[in-house]
Amino acid sequence: MSQISEIKENLTVTNIGRGMIRREDPRLLTGQGKFIDDLPFSDFYEAAILRSPHAHARVVSIDTERALKLSGVIAIYTAADLEPIMKDLPPKVSHPKLNYQIRLPMVKEYANYVGEPIAVVVAENRYIAEDALDLIEIEYETLPAVASTHAALRKGGPKVHIGSESNVAVHIIQKAGDPEAALKTAPHVIRETFKITRGGGHSIEGRGVAARFDPITQQLTVWDNTQAPHYVRQMLATIYGMTEDEIRLIAPQDIGGGFGPKAQFYGEEVVIPWIVMQMKHPVKWVEDRWENFISATMERSQTHRVEVGFDEDGHLLVLKDVFEHDQGAYCVGLQVPTITMSTLPGPYVIPNIHSELISCYTNIVPTSSLRGAGRPQAVTVMERMMDRIAEHLGMEPAEIRRRNLIQPDQFPYAVGLLFRDGSPLTYDSGNYPALLEGAVDRIDIVKFRRDQAEARSQGRFLGLGLSMYVEGTGIGPYEGARVRLTNSGKILVTLAASPQGQGYETVYAQVAADAIGVDIDLVEVRHGDTSSIPYGQGTFASRVTATAGPAVWEASELLKSDLLAVAASLLKCDVSSLALSGNSVFIESEPERRVLLYDIALVSNVGRHGMSVPRDLPIAIERTAYFKPVQAVYSSGISAVIVEVDPETGKIEILKSLLGHDCGNVLNPMIVEGQILGGHAHGIGNAIYEEARYSEDGQPQAVSYLDYALPTAIEVPTPELFHVFSPSPLNPLGVKGAGEGGTIPVPGAVANAVEDALRPFGSRICELPLTPERVLRAIYDHD
Amino acid sequence: MKSAPFKYYVPSEIDEALELLYQLGDEAKILAGGQSLVPMLNYRLLSPANLLDINRVSELKRYSLTDEGLKIGAGVRQREIELSPEIELAFPVLHQALTNVAHVQIRNRGTICGSLAHADSAAELPSVMVALGAQMVIRSGVGDRAVKAEEFFKFHLTSDLEPAEILTEVHVPKLPAKTVGAFEEVTRRKGDFALVGAALLGQWDANGQIQNCRIVCSGVAPVPLRLRFAEDIVNGTDLSDQVLVNVQQSVMDSLDPTEDIHTSSHYRKIVTGVVVRRGLSRLVDQRGAANGSR
Ligand SMILES: Cc1cc2nc3c(=O)[nH]c(=O)nc-3n(C[C@H](O)[C@H](O)[C@H](O)COP(=O)(O)OP(=O)(O)OC[C@H]3O[C@@H](n4cnc5c(N)ncnc54)[C@H](O)[C@@H]3O)c2cc1C
Repeated sequence: MSQISEIKENLTVTNIGRGMIRREDPRLLTGQGKFIDDLPFSDFYEAAILRSPHAHARVVSIDTERALKLSGVIAIYTAADLEPIMKDLPPKVSHPKLNYQIRLPMVKEYANYVGEPIAVVVAENRYIAEDALDLIEIEYETLPAVASTHAALRKGGPKVHIGSESNVAVHIIQKAGDPEAALKTAPHVIRETFKITRGGGHSIEGRGVAARFDPITQQLTVWDNTQAPHYVRQMLATIYGMTEDEIRLIAPQDIGGGFGPKAQFYGEEVVIPWIVMQMKHPVKWVEDRWENFISATMERSQTHRVEVGFDEDGHLLVLKDVFEHDQGAYCVGLQVPTITMSTLPGPYVIPNIHSELISCYTNIVPTSSLRGAGRPQAVTVMERMMDRIAEHLGMEPAEIRRRNLIQPDQFPYAVGLLFRDGSPLTYDSGNYPALLEGAVDRIDIVKFRRDQAEARSQGRFLGLGLSMYVEGTGIGPYEGARVRLTNSGKILVTLAASPQGQGYETVYAQVAADAIGVDIDLVEVRHGDTSSIPYGQGTFASRVTATAGPAVWEASELLKSDLLAVAASLLKCDVSSLALSGNSVFIESEPERRVLLYDIALVSNVGRHGMSVPRDLPIAIERTAYFKPVQAVYSSGISAVIVEVDPETGKIEILKSLLGHDCGNVLNPMIVEGQILGGHAHGIGNAIYEEARYSEDGQPQAVSYLDYALPTAIEVPTPELFHVFSPSPLNPLGVKGAGEGGTIPVPGAVANAVEDALRPFGSRICELPLTPERVLRAIYDHD
Repeated sequence: MKSAPFKYYVPSEIDEALELLYQLGDEAKILAGGQSLVPMLNYRLLSPANLLDINRVSELKRYSLTDEGLKIGAGVRQREIELSPEIELAFPVLHQALTNVAHVQIRNRGTICGSLAHADSAAELPSVMVALGAQMVIRSGVGDRAVKAEEFFKFHLTSDLEPAEILTEVHVPKLPAKTVGAFEEVTRRKGDFALVGAALLGQWDANGQIQNCRIVCSGVAPVPLRLRFAEDIVNGTDLSDQVLVNVQQSVMDSLDPTEDIHTSSHYRKIVTGVVVRRGLSRLVDQRGAANGSR
């Protein structure tokens, strides 16, 4: 990983770029991880939540009398008992044109999706709490439900929210160039409709909240396995009318996966701590798998109607895409569909673009980001169309891509649209031809076509699919890190963002150790506690490496200058003559003249009570930095997949999966590789298996893994990986995000490969996931 | 996802178990491997007042392979049967089917009899037992009886068992000489219940013709579905390519399979034809071996 030195030429990098084994692993592998349900909350009551069994209903009456009589039940709360906190939970990403519908922490009158919380039972334990749920009597007046964007847009059809005029949440059009004119004059125009479904996050640990209120200090402590501790704290402070310092939000040391759903804010997070303050007794609520299926946000479906215009040589002239997005019952954020809008053009030069979003409310659990966040859909649409152009012109799919790629000398490249962070979609750096050629060489397409032809002659159907993407990562507004010399002479890095398996304790020790020059064993990383660093944003959108990374770097550099200044004062020499390594600062020409970090801590941190120190001596050795990116930084990649399709059963076997990935400089290749492998598994799930199915009246059809086909290790092949390094010029480490790249291109590549395999049948692959049923239909419908 | 409260009984003798069941009547559920029952309790799809755990009844933990055939007690785990080389040799179709049941961890606890009593229409073992002509040995406080596998399965998740009865044992009769068999299935993921499965058995005669063929499907109907019309087509033939094509077509034309969240009736219709044809062609592959060694 020599690229790092291109960015920091004067730096001797010893840890950054090394595939260091994660410090987190020993405790996780030996069952010593501390997840929210492992914390010793022995005196806590446990809560269970009564959730709407109807997709759309008016709650006529709630009778809790019988349930309250059950032995072991402590209290039951409904919206009527929680009036002070029945306040709006606003979307994370909004738009001036949003047809806004208020989302409350619990159902007040109308339940708008199956799973929406209606009542909370607090009991001595979860068993009793669940027994009590069965005893609560609720009278519902059921209302017609809307369970798809298609139904939402039907003229005169039922409305998701009683009293609203339209089910359209927002209608946004973004344009670059003059797409209408270009569509009229393009020599070739082809069209298709794609329906792409993604599933849920399915983190192995569900959501969880526990809280305790100390009446003496008036401090509310909340444990919440959220991806965004400071964000949750701020939401709570606003709703409760408290200051941020009165709430301490702790994301437990270990969180069993996030993937997006845990970056959203939910009614349960508002209600549980509030109940604790009312009851003056600690309570915990840990979501079970059934609740996760019906009430955690997920991604679901988009329907795209796309047209592309191109010339005889296959050069793209225009792209027009109009798509419906299922927003669910409320808008918890527009990030997913707006990311879809701006991800469409990908790595290609497209002079004219029309990207149009029609986001619809439905009576289904709200949607929000899930690893990839709207990008897999966009990439599938674009990459399917690239293959169709190749087919139309009788060209190799790799060639059509080659002719349209943005070239390395075209950066920064302005696409002409806006990204989700509000800034212009301007790619900072990349080398898309290197990704394409890297994949082409490794696949050996010429040989593959020979194998494919031979297999076909034996009645076997092989196919190759390519798929490329550009991914905006490292978005703002900022992320923070605090670096401190502890009194025992060690370096403590405190991050505002908390991890859910990304190895922060390892990576940011690498960054801090290199920035300061100390032995990495002296560096410890902590995270997830709002009381130890005042501000932060959180872990989502592949943003932390490119925001917290530079923040750690900057804070560490500042800390280093403090350490040197103290040493210079103690050694009575000039700072420029000093060097720092291991656990000490020394005069480079006389290494035996040195001070230990421990000595510095004694002088500057501990101090001598009441005694003065020299004017120029830095004291209280601690530095905090917040890094504020000017815009997103753009990672990129390619997926190549070879499949064999059984045309009699519709089963797909992945014979080879290859991923090329560019996230700029790589801080820890082992962790990046792990992220890509995990992301790839999500991609395979999206391509072939996962689907949160709902009936026409909005009832979830898959609420266990019996019915929801989450792939297992058996279904997910191990991909071959290669890397391209295009450092970002926009941050001091040259890094970009790597958390989602493994997912994004995979569904498109698999879809392309399956259509390629089934070309002799004239099959059209337009709907994902590719269940055996859909594959068979694609064969028979074109027989 | 916590079970409703229940009383828990752990008898160690079969008579004690029968006595308890007799007293508790339809207020009790038998707990064997728990691999189907426990999820149903946790989802509160079932909330029996009493749970009768038969895992400590040593008498039920035995299986035996003799000249008469195979006897499997209610406490025997699926994995034990799968791992027995003698059983694999004597009943290859049973072994093959077992490797398609769930995953190793689940087979380590799940019992053969539990799967049969559970009577899931997409499970592998019920079809295999119908194909093998197995007998269910059923006991209760009132008396004992035996039921043919073919009559045991009544509907999806419903067997002939009365609430106070225990399926104590399943008897699989010894197979005639020169029997060949195959288990073929299509699932979405490894270890899933069958979208479509088929257990096939038959004997090659001296003229190279298949006789006494049995074809029983999982996943296509509320009970294991024996395709007698397909058996009639293939019996007495050499299972030539043309015969296989005919059977496939006839299966596709005649079936009206179940539709559920996993797949459509149409899919099952087409794929059952494929699965049956593929299973039969595996019987063809075994023609030489059957005529040689046995
Ligand atoms: C992830 C997963 C995947 C699975 N995949 C498959 C699969 O692909 N194919 C498949 O066939 N199965 C599958 N199963 C189910 C598994 O095979 C079960 O073990 C089996 O269905 C039930 O056996 P058990 O011993 O666990 O019975 P239990 O779960 O203990 O009992 C099941 C039912 O049968 C009754 N019962 C049990 N034993 C007796 C008895 N001796 N007499 C009377 N009633 C009795 C119980 O009261 C209960 O109603 C899967 C299970 C899991 C968890």
